[in-house]
Amino acid sequence: MSEKKKPTTELRESATFDRSTMAEIRRAADTGIYDIRGWGAKRKLPHFDDLLFLGASMSRYPLEGYREKCNTSVTLGTRFAKKPIVIDTPVTIAGMSFGALSANAKEALGRGASAVGTSTTTGDGGMTPEERGQSSKLVYQYLPSRYGMNPDDLRKADAIEVVLGQGAKPGGGGMLLGQKITDRVAKMRTLPMGVDQRSACRHPDWTGPDDLAIKILELREITDWQVPIYIKVGATRTYYDVKLAVKAGADVIVVDGMQGGTAATQEVFIEHVGIPTMAAIPQAVQALQEMGMHRKVQLIVSGGIRNGADVAKCMALGADAVAIGTAALIALGCNDPKYDAEFKAIGSAAGFYDDYHEGRDPAGISTQDPELSKRLDPVEGGRLLANYIRVLTLEAQTLARACGKNDLRNLEPEDLVALTVESAAMARVPLAGTSWIPGQQTY
Amino acid sequence: MSNTSTVRAEKGTMKTIDLASETVTDLNHALHEQANEMTIEEWEVLNPKGHHNLAVGVDQKLKIDIHGHAGYYCAGMNKEAEITIHGNVGQGVAENMMSGKVHVKGDASSAAAATAHGGLLVIEGNAGSRCGISMKGANIVVKGSVGHMSCFMGQAGALVVCGDAGDALGDSLYETHIYVKGSVKSLGADCIEKEMRQEHLDELTSLLDQAGFDDDPKAFTRYGSARQLYNFKVDNAGAY
Repeated sequence: MSEKKKPTTELRESATFDRSTMAEIRRAADTGIYDIRGWGAKRKLPHFDDLLFLGASMSRYPLEGYREKCNTSVTLGTRFAKKPIVIDTPVTIAGMSFGALSANAKEALGRGASAVGTSTTTGDGGMTPEERGQSSKLVYQYLPSRYGMNPDDLRKADAIEVVLGQGAKPGGGGMLLGQKITDRVAKMRTLPMGVDQRSACRHPDWTGPDDLAIKILELREITDWQVPIYIKVGATRTYYDVKLAVKAGADVIVVDGMQGGTAATQEVFIEHVGIPTMAAIPQAVQALQEMGMHRKVQLIVSGGIRNGADVAKCMALGADAVAIGTAALIALGCNDPKYDAEFKAIGSAAGFYDDYHEGRDPAGISTQDPELSKRLDPVEGGRLLANYIRVLTLEAQTLARACGKNDLRNLEPEDLVALTVESAAMARVPLAGTSWIPGQQTY
Repeated sequence: MSNTSTVRAEKGTMKTIDLASETVTDLNHALHEQANEMTIEEWEVLNPKGHHNLAVGVDQKLKIDIHGHAGYYCAGMNKEAEITIHGNVGQGVAENMMSGKVHVKGDASSAAAATAHGGLLVIEGNAGSRCGISMKGANIVVKGSVGHMSCFMGQAGALVVCGDAGDALGDSLYETHIYVKGSVKSLGADCIEKEMRQEHLDELTSLLDQAGFDDDPKAFTRYGSARQLYNFKVDNAGAY
């Protein structure tokens, strides 16, 4: 007769101190340095997957796919600029620097964007000839560091984006660690080679919205009022920031949610500062509507846009366009499984790699290593990105037609419902199957 | 542009723009038009009355005299031009200047020559806080004193102060050379006093000459970066 096994308790992992948390405690204890990484927020957040479209049926009628037109072009900068930007798809490329990315990656972004008639954006580090040459519509970022900033490039730009912050690190400056400060990057930024570059988090010559209004006028004077001026903010107090940006004279406002990526910053910043993209859009739209400026000052939204459904949902909530960063890099080959062995060799894995600051990206995108950079063919990269943006556009059109809309910008909050109470409250659309929008009075 | 008067001057054609009757945009547009044809080299601006953004984005070898006080960003992003302000200037004079010369006869507010890549800024009076912030290669010579946080994150170029410097001079400095004749209230993180070698005396002598000041270069003290914060080390955490 076998001995009866005594019942025991199962091993139970702490939800608070899970293995990942404990590993970080041990890493911090060992090094004394906070963790730095790229990418955006990795925690699960209320996002566009929590929203659904109400397709047409009896009370609405749909448009025929592929037969009835659904416009995707958007004009940006209609408020003051003599030459607004017309983009053929509302999917634009977000600002990413040469320095953080290789020259080939920047060129590929320009090629891909140009092939589908949309814009791409410089970053903290100035404008490279490759990027300008391959970008039919180039937005020039005006950042606190002013690295590589010069009036000649300013006049070559099709729009100027005054960057106050980004979703991954609202309130923080850029970071480019020494291993990526090559000779070319150092010269463009007037820095010693190999220095750990920590960009300023505030602009050096203005300190508030009243000063910013004068700064924007200066940029308009220098460019003879030709090009649109955007203001980019990380999503935090979005309602107030958007109102102040309108007052300061923006033609276009870019709101970047906390899922938006970065080349490098502290992990604690990425995961604990800012609000989700979905929560920011209704705040921005409300601010614009209250000022009578919705659609007059265009709204671009970024942070975690992955597919045409995300694009369409942003537009239904009131955005005029979106910007993609992380998704564009993935289209170029970032985190591609074909490099899995090499990712593992540097302590990561395909699909997990976020140490952009180390400059060892096997995919040749977030690196300045000449041998790694060669792995990305800018022509092929441009083709991949263009294809990806085409799919996003087609998917968004498909959803818009299903809702009976002949223009992506005709999508509206009424076309959406939410799957969770949280997303209903943040997106300000009803919980599916109800007329309840948490936080809003019903009559 | 109806009230713009064109008069013959000894050294060629001079144009006068009176901001009592014309706009700042008129002024800047007229100056930018010179990029195509250098038809008028000398310009005189009357009644600036503290207007912002005067003579910004000029990119030709023009000589521009502004008679009175100017507001923010006067001579911003100047390239090639020689711009003299016969009065005081507001925040960000000669910000992001690339080349040329900007000469302020009076005092300058904060952030003078912020992020400037080249050229020379001369201030005959005092400069406010953050003078030369993030400067990237320009030279600044101030006859009077400068306010706190001057040369914060200065990357290249030189700042010469004939008077005193306020708190936290040269905080988080990269490679800008700083010369101060008077007292320094305090030095910022990673900014230290350094030996004045002959090459520095030569640089200082030249800058004082270009500014038209007769101060004795040997009476100055040089400050620069200790370069201890160039790469993150946890032992320096207290300095951040």
